[in-house]
Amino acid sequence: MTTEEATTARARPEPIKAVPVRHPGRWVAVAVLAVLAAMFVHLLVTNEAFNWSFMVDKMFRPPIIEGLVRGTVLITVSAMLIGVTLGVVIAVMRLSDNPILRGVAWLYTWFFRAVPRLVLLAVFGNIGILWSRVEFGVPFDTQLGQLFGIDNLQLRLFGFSSRDLLTGFMAGLLGLALSEAAYMAEIVRAGIQSVDEGQTEAAQALGLSRGQLLRRVVLPQAMRVIIPPTGNETIAMLKDTSLLLYVPVSVELFFQLDAVGKRTFQIFPMYVAACLWYLFLTSILLVGQYFLERHFGKGYGASGRARMKLRGMTAEAGGAAGVAK
Amino acid sequence: MPTQATAPTAESGLMVRAEQVHKSFGPLEVLKGIDLEVRSGEVCCLLGPSGSGKSTFLRCINHLEKIDAGRIWVDGDLIGYRERGGKLHEMRDKEVAAQRQAIGMVFQRFNLFPHMTVLGNVVEAPVLLRRSKKAEARERAAELLERVGLGDKLGAYPGQLSGGQQQRVAIARALAMRPKLMLFDEPTSALDPELVGEVLDTMKDLARDGMTMIVVTHEIGFAREVGDHLVFMDGGVVVEQGDPREVIAAPRHERTKAFLAKVL
Repeated sequence: MTTEEATTARARPEPIKAVPVRHPGRWVAVAVLAVLAAMFVHLLVTNEAFNWSFMVDKMFRPPIIEGLVRGTVLITVSAMLIGVTLGVVIAVMRLSDNPILRGVAWLYTWFFRAVPRLVLLAVFGNIGILWSRVEFGVPFDTQLGQLFGIDNLQLRLFGFSSRDLLTGFMAGLLGLALSEAAYMAEIVRAGIQSVDEGQTEAAQALGLSRGQLLRRVVLPQAMRVIIPPTGNETIAMLKDTSLLLYVPVSVELFFQLDAVGKRTFQIFPMYVAACLWYLFLTSILLVGQYFLERHFGKGYGASGRARMKLRGMTAEAGGAAGVAK
Repeated sequence: MPTQATAPTAESGLMVRAEQVHKSFGPLEVLKGIDLEVRSGEVCCLLGPSGSGKSTFLRCINHLEKIDAGRIWVDGDLIGYRERGGKLHEMRDKEVAAQRQAIGMVFQRFNLFPHMTVLGNVVEAPVLLRRSKKAEARERAAELLERVGLGDKLGAYPGQLSGGQQQRVAIARALAMRPKLMLFDEPTSALDPELVGEVLDTMKDLARDGMTMIVVTHEIGFAREVGDHLVFMDGGVVVEQGDPREVIAAPRHERTKAFLAKVL
């Protein structure tokens, strides 16, 4: 009896050959989707309103390419550069011991996150109405002069006509950059706070000053947390350059496509062209972001990667809140 | 002014002098008047149950914690403040940083910079602060790492090292600033038992070379073997102090007896 038990335990049982569970629901879903896909392709091919030849003919014209390069790409890059730099400054202010700096940083992020980007850009587009000239020099010079009995004292170093300085391009860039700085400040703050307190203490114990320990110890480590959502912000920024239509900025992709559409009464094909252009540009960035996240997720395991993904999603949601659509 | 404390001079041979140090975190009074003297070249071990305030006191010595009352001098310099005309003036961030450069500290959790190599960790502060040439600093860092037995790990990152190796890098990092005083905050508490020995050996070497050390520890053996002075703290006060061998062999105070009975 015991020997028999031992042999059955040792012998390898035959492999399981069971009838798999059927999934009829899947086949129904595939059929429905296939019909829908066929209908969509049929629509694309047969509907005259798409006017494909017209769209292809227009969407590579020089003004549109110029709008793409100068408006969309250049403004995305510049606004992100300014936004990240200013964002780091505001994040550091927000974490400062000085209550005034902290308050100002809070006020800044509150304002720029509370006003929708579209509205903000409309305001910046018209901000030239406040000044005819933008000048740099001693503030309140006329008022100070009056205190000392000097009429119309002017202590100005240089200035620009606001029509030259606050062109649509500059106003739009400034609006997007200042708004981005508010979102970046929050991202950078989260990054800095994610670095272990012990790192600061170790750097302090070595005798590093606050600036040194921030620059050499804390910020490089915060980068791991900061970079993935910054990728999302860049993609959101690329899409948000289309809002420059309301500044208005004429050297910009969507403005140009919109203009062609309105001039030729072929609005719909040009909007389709806009979709295709933005799909193309964001796809490039998505590929870049994939490699960036893979690089920064190294050595953090599956849970680390999941956390990165979650962080990415919340950042995307934060970015979307800034889009006035 | 009879109550005014006089600064110990360097000739008196005192490296650290603490007088009536008080520290509270909110309503919780952690240090209730600590007096302590540590002579140059001495190894002082702080012993006591957790929550007795020994780590907090250690952190007060390099001003990582601000004290509420009392005075601490290191090598004759008042820590964190300047006394002028009977009035205390808070030091600036830069001045506090300058004082800390002469005081090395080793933490329980190592706190190595994970984004720098082992060599980078050791070289960072001397290059950044002393503006010594990079090549010189590298040479000295390599020597120090050789001395703690990690001459072959210069290019490794902290995450690739064992806890004991990380702690030895942390010791080398502190030594790179040529401190007059080394503070150890439970340096072996976060280590696996079989790694404790290598860190203690490094510390023994350091003591043999005449480094002044204040060590918060639970290693009674280390205190007995290497310590010149043992301070037993409980409830924010110094309960008993003296020669480690005598205190450990024949504690006079009930609380010391109870504590030693538990850990020995």
